[in-house]
Amino acid sequence: MDGYSASELLNIFAMQAFAGVSLFSVFVLMALGLAIIFGQMGVINMAHGEFLTIGAYSTVMMSILAEKYMPEFLPYYFIFAVIAAFIVAFTIGYLVEFLMIRHLYRRPLDTLLATWGLSLIMQQIFRSSFGAREVSATLPDWLMGSWQPVEGVDIPLNGLFVLGLTLLLSLAVFIFLFKSRWGLKVRATTQNRLMAGAVGISTPMVDRLTFAIGCGIAGVAGAAFTTIASTGPTSGSLYIVDTFLVVVFGGAGSLLGTFASAFTIAQAQSVMEFFMSGSMAKVLTLLTVIIILMIRPEGLFSVKVRK
Amino acid sequence: MLLGAVSAVSAATLPTAQVNTTGLAVTDTTVKVGILHSTTGTMAISETGSVEAEMLAIEQINAMGGILGRKIEVIQEDGASDWPTFAEKAKKLLEKDKVAAVMGCWTSASRKAVLPVFEKDNGLLYYPTFYEGLEESKNVFYTGQEATQQILAGLDWASKELGAKTFYLVGSDYIWPRTSMKIARKHIENVLKGTVVGEEYYPLGSTQFGSLINKIKLKKPDLVFGAVVGGSNVAWFKQLNAAGLTFKKQPMLTISVTEDEVLGIGGENVEGLYSSMKYFQALDLPGNKKFIDAFKKRWGDDSVIGDVTESAYLGPWLWLRAVEAAKSFDVDKVVAASPGIEWEDSPHGYLKVDKNHHLWMKTRIGEWQKDGQVKIVYESDVIKPDPFPAGYQ
Repeated sequence: MDGYSASELLNIFAMQAFAGVSLFSVFVLMALGLAIIFGQMGVINMAHGEFLTIGAYSTVMMSILAEKYMPEFLPYYFIFAVIAAFIVAFTIGYLVEFLMIRHLYRRPLDTLLATWGLSLIMQQIFRSSFGAREVSATLPDWLMGSWQPVEGVDIPLNGLFVLGLTLLLSLAVFIFLFKSRWGLKVRATTQNRLMAGAVGISTPMVDRLTFAIGCGIAGVAGAAFTTIASTGPTSGSLYIVDTFLVVVFGGAGSLLGTFASAFTIAQAQSVMEFFMSGSMAKVLTLLTVIIILMIRPEGLFSVKVRK
Repeated sequence: MLLGAVSAVSAATLPTAQVNTTGLAVTDTTVKVGILHSTTGTMAISETGSVEAEMLAIEQINAMGGILGRKIEVIQEDGASDWPTFAEKAKKLLEKDKVAAVMGCWTSASRKAVLPVFEKDNGLLYYPTFYEGLEESKNVFYTGQEATQQILAGLDWASKELGAKTFYLVGSDYIWPRTSMKIARKHIENVLKGTVVGEEYYPLGSTQFGSLINKIKLKKPDLVFGAVVGGSNVAWFKQLNAAGLTFKKQPMLTISVTEDEVLGIGGENVEGLYSSMKYFQALDLPGNKKFIDAFKKRWGDDSVIGDVTESAYLGPWLWLRAVEAAKSFDVDKVVAASPGIEWEDSPHGYLKVDKNHHLWMKTRIGEWQKDGQVKIVYESDVIKPDPFPAGYQ
């Protein structure tokens, strides 16, 4: 790297590190909901991306409402949009589990087909109700632009926001799964469904709520992504591959694995993107993941589950 | 446009046997025309505007009395963003419906898929998208710009007006951006004597541009030349803006951003960005005023009109002129009558059909404003189309 001053390189290094962290937080947000659903319940939810899209559209709707009816509310609406995204995605997830998923628990591969069909149906619903064009939520001013800790270093504010939201949500999921009574029930059901039922845990209810919460988290992720990307009927399908990659690579069922895998993939991709072209970096990242999965088929961290 | 109305009256006397010797779906009162676009699938986003523009043009032509005294009947087929489906539907339109002309296709992939069908069945296609060039067919008229009409004019302007010497090329990873950048690089290195300091492609749908933005910051090119398409665009511009790279600090010229994309990106994220196009909705021309009024009246006040939508609008009108000049619907006669057709007050101004089936037209540079419309900062002379530019392949 000749021809650049030391301070220039240092600045770029700082911003590049943040680009990696930012990608990491995006990966975690996408994968968190899926890790719960896939990891705890074994349901392959191909419609996860569409729950993201639901969250994104909820945000866009809130932004339109705020703009039209309450312009003075515009700087604050985003916080409420995130909550709304959770509620809408949670509710739809709850219904989907009740109407469809619960009939398929004994046939895990069929959940793949059924949720894939569901994702196509949902995409068409988005297209029919919101139009085929990409839409964008109006961002409040405090989410635009960058923060300059020193001259020459720009840290994107929307990136910081997504990072903050990721930390908050991860903490909430951790407390939910490992510190709450509900989490105890969820984990008991995962490890031994029959025994859990025998000690009086309503396992169907646990399933329903776990699925709905996973979808709700996807909705929050979708709301967060409106700050960095677009919202269209097929936005969700852009994320689904990366999401499964993170979850499978980390080892299904392990929350720690999801974080480790998101971090590894994000940093590897972001560093490689810096030294080669974007397409090449993606190819090499995928190759690396394949090789590691060949060595460790269960992923980075695997949980022992009684089968 | 008056031309159509006048000859429509006299043409009513022409018997069908005389204007249609090749068995097309023409009767004494009607003529069938196909519209072939994706109304479902990932490309529906882009092609919806084209369908709307083509329908509008056809309705206007019918309101004026039709074509050679015959009303146009539309048969619309859905290519469903799937290239084999496009070929199949093209075959159906030409062989079963016997349509006299087809307005359609958007991506180069769909055009390449239908091309053998049109050549074999001797059909007539009006193709509306600006594209990479390197193609010429007897059976196709290209109403958008080919690569040189967009890229060379844009780069020349950037070199002269912005004093750009170093360039960073960025695109989505498929044929159109890659071919465009190949032409751009040759022009920058051989004609403008500038340097390309970076050239990169990101997968379609990519939404993370942090590393790329940092590289651009490090290299500080005089101009970023972009051809990022679709949803990626939104992420790309939002992140550029968030990283403190405003277009005042880092000039950027794109060949892939029209009013349609800006609707999704948000005007505040593209303020100061330059686009190189033949048409912008903000063009202050009498032909454009009429076009916008009619379009909004037909498709709603909220609709926006981008470059390709306008190209799609040209198709039925150019066909009308060629048919009236040929006094026949026969494809060979229409094709023969097409070169040299001029249109003084088309929505984007003067145009002429070249014998290579592309259009002579002007290129404009628009600077995007916060309201999602452009300010025109440059307008070229009328440029002769050159789909096979010497020295650029």
